[in-house]
Amino acid sequence: MRADLLAESVDGLDEALAAVDAFDEALATGLLRPQPAQAAGLAQLAGALAGSPLHANVAEAAAKAAEGAAGEDHLLALAAARTALLGSVHDALAARAAEATGRPAAEPPAADAGTGPAVNVLAAARSWLADLARCGWRGIDHDVVSGAAPVVSAMLPDPALRRLAALLDGFADELAASCPGSALESVPARRWADLWSRGMLLTLPGAAGAPAAGTATGRLLPLGVDLHEHATAVQAQVHAVFEPADGAAPLLVRASVSAPKPETIVGAGLWQLLRPHMSLLTAVSEGRAMDVTGMPLTAEGDLVWDDARARPGESADAFSTARVALPTAADPATAPLDRHPARIAVPVFLEGYAAAQAETGLTFTVAGTALPVDTDRVPLAGPLTPEAVAKSAACIGLLRWDAGTFRVQPLAVETAVRKKPVALHAGAWAGGTADKAGVKAEKAATDAAGVLRERAGRLLRK
Amino acid sequence: MSDLVPDGQRSSTARVVAPASPRKLAKVPFVELADGRLQGVVSSGSDIARVYVSSVAAGTFAYTCSTNNNRPCGGAYGGFCNHIRALIGEAVLQYGAGRVARYMRVEPVEADSPAQSVIAPMAQTRPVPGDKSAAASVFSRFLRQLAYLEMAPTTAPLPEMQWFPPTRAVA
Ligand SMILES: [Zn+2]
Repeated sequence: MRADLLAESVDGLDEALAAVDAFDEALATGLLRPQPAQAAGLAQLAGALAGSPLHANVAEAAAKAAEGAAGEDHLLALAAARTALLGSVHDALAARAAEATGRPAAEPPAADAGTGPAVNVLAAARSWLADLARCGWRGIDHDVVSGAAPVVSAMLPDPALRRLAALLDGFADELAASCPGSALESVPARRWADLWSRGMLLTLPGAAGAPAAGTATGRLLPLGVDLHEHATAVQAQVHAVFEPADGAAPLLVRASVSAPKPETIVGAGLWQLLRPHMSLLTAVSEGRAMDVTGMPLTAEGDLVWDDARARPGESADAFSTARVALPTAADPATAPLDRHPARIAVPVFLEGYAAAQAETGLTFTVAGTALPVDTDRVPLAGPLTPEAVAKSAACIGLLRWDAGTFRVQPLAVETAVRKKPVALHAGAWAGGTADKAGVKAEKAATDAAGVLRERAGRLLRK
Repeated sequence: MSDLVPDGQRSSTARVVAPASPRKLAKVPFVELADGRLQGVVSSGSDIARVYVSSVAAGTFAYTCSTNNNRPCGGAYGGFCNHIRALIGEAVLQYGAGRVARYMRVEPVEADSPAQSVIAPMAQTRPVPGDKSAAASVFSRFLRQLAYLEMAPTTAPLPEMQWFPPTRAVA
C-alpha cells in the first residue's frame, strides 16, 4: 500500500471543509434569530456552491435563513448544499484511498433515484429536525429533544423506514444526554450537523435509495466484521471478497444485519441479537467461506442477506483471502447520498509495519509513513485487544477518514503467541464462541435478555 | 458529555455518550437519564406481576415512587425509599457515577465512585415528593424499549450506522 499518499494533503479539501464548518457553527447557535456571524456562515456555504446547479436554491435559502425566516424547504436546501460539499470531499478522499491501495474500481451504477411513498411520519421527522435547526445545539432542551420519540416509534415497525428511524433514535439519545445545550462546554458541531443534514435528506420520499438491482451467485470469502452501535440500535457488517461463479472479476462486498435494541443489550448481547438472522456471522466465527445463489446485490456492493440463498462452504482463512484475493478485487461505487467521508471504509491488508505507541495513540509505520490505528473501534465482546494490535505483524483493517486524518480500524491481526502465529478477529464471537471469557459474557447477556423478554411477555400484552 | 476527543468539533464519528455498562437486570429492569430525571422501573420483591415506577428530578431531587397501577409506595414519604436507592445504584452501574452526578447536578465525582457518593448528597438535601404525573411517561418509555425487542431485524444495510462506531470506553 502507498501509505505515503494518505499523509499528503488533498487539493481543495480545506476550502470545502471551511465552508462546512462555517455553516455548522451557524447551526450550533440556531437559526431562530441569526446574528451577523451566522449570516456570514450561511453565505459562505452558499458561496462554496457557486457554479453548481444547486447554487440559486441554496443562495435563496441562505438569505432566508439569515433573516430568521427559513421554512422547511429552505432548510432542506441548506442540508443538500452541505451534503453536496461533503460529497466532493468524499470523492477526493476515496480517490486518494484507491490510489493508495492500487485496486481496481468497479463500474459506477447509473444514478437511479429511488421512489417511495410520502408518508406522514416523514413530514413529522422533518418538522422535528426543523425545530432543532431553529434551537441550535446550544439551545436544545428536553422539550424539543423529546419530540423525536413518537416519530421514531411510528417508524420502527416499518423496515423500509429503518434507516431514518435508527439515525433519529441515536441522534436524539445523544442530544438528550447533552441537555440543556446552554450548559455544553463544547459542541460536536460537525457530527451533529452531519446527522441533522442526513436526517433532513432522508425525509424526502425515496431518498433511502433503490432496491437491489442485481444478484450474486458464487463464493463469498469473509475478511472481517465491522460493528456499529448506539444506545438503541446495532448493526454488524461483514466485509468479504465475492468471487462470481461465472468467472467474472472478484468484487468487494458487504453483508449487513441490524436490529433495534433496548439500551441494556450490550457486548455479547449484540451478537446474540443479530446471530439468528445472518448465517454468515457463524461462518465468520468458524473461518468458513459461504456459497451464495441468487443473493440480492445492490450496485454499491451490499448483499441483502437471505439465509435461504446461502450455505456454508469450505474453510477459508481471512488472512489468505487478504493476501491472495483482496488485491485483485474491485471496490464498489458509493451511492450518491452516501458520499460522505464518514462512509469511507476501505478494506486493506498491512504487514511488515512497525507498530509504535505515540502520545495520540497507536501508529503503524508503513513504508516510512506513520498511519494512526483506531483501536477504540475494536468491540469489547471479542478476543482482539489494543494490546494484541500493538504487538501484531499483519493486519486486516478498514481504511477510514475522520477529523482530517486517514486511519486504520483493525478487523483482525496476526500476532505471535509463544512464538506461534495466531490470528485474532474483532468479530470472532459474532457467531458464538468457546473462548472462556466469551462464554462468560454470553451467559451474562443471555440472562439480561431473558429478564427483558420475561418482562415484555408480562407487561406488553396485558 | 465527557467522551469527546480533542478534535471533537471536527469529527463526524466521535462518540458523545459511552454505551451502557452491562449489569444484572432482575431487580431494576429499566433505568435511564431522561427528561431531566433519573427514572426507571424496579421489580417488586414479593409480587412478580408488580413493578414500581420511580424517579428523581435533576437539580431538585424531588422524587416519586408508585406501582404501575398508580398505588403510592409505602416507603416513599420521608425521603428516598429502597426502590429509589436501588434505582440510583443501578444507574451508577449502567452509566458510571460521573455521568449520573453530572446529569443530576450534584458535586462531580469520579466515574468509578460508589453509588453512595451520588445517593448521599441528594438524600442530605432532604428532598420532597415530586409531581406524580411523571410515572405514566416513565412506564411507557420502559414499554417502548421492551417493544424494541420485538421489532424485526433487517438485512438491508443502514449506512447511517457508520456514524455510530463502538467504543472501548466504559461508563
Ligand atoms: Zn418505593
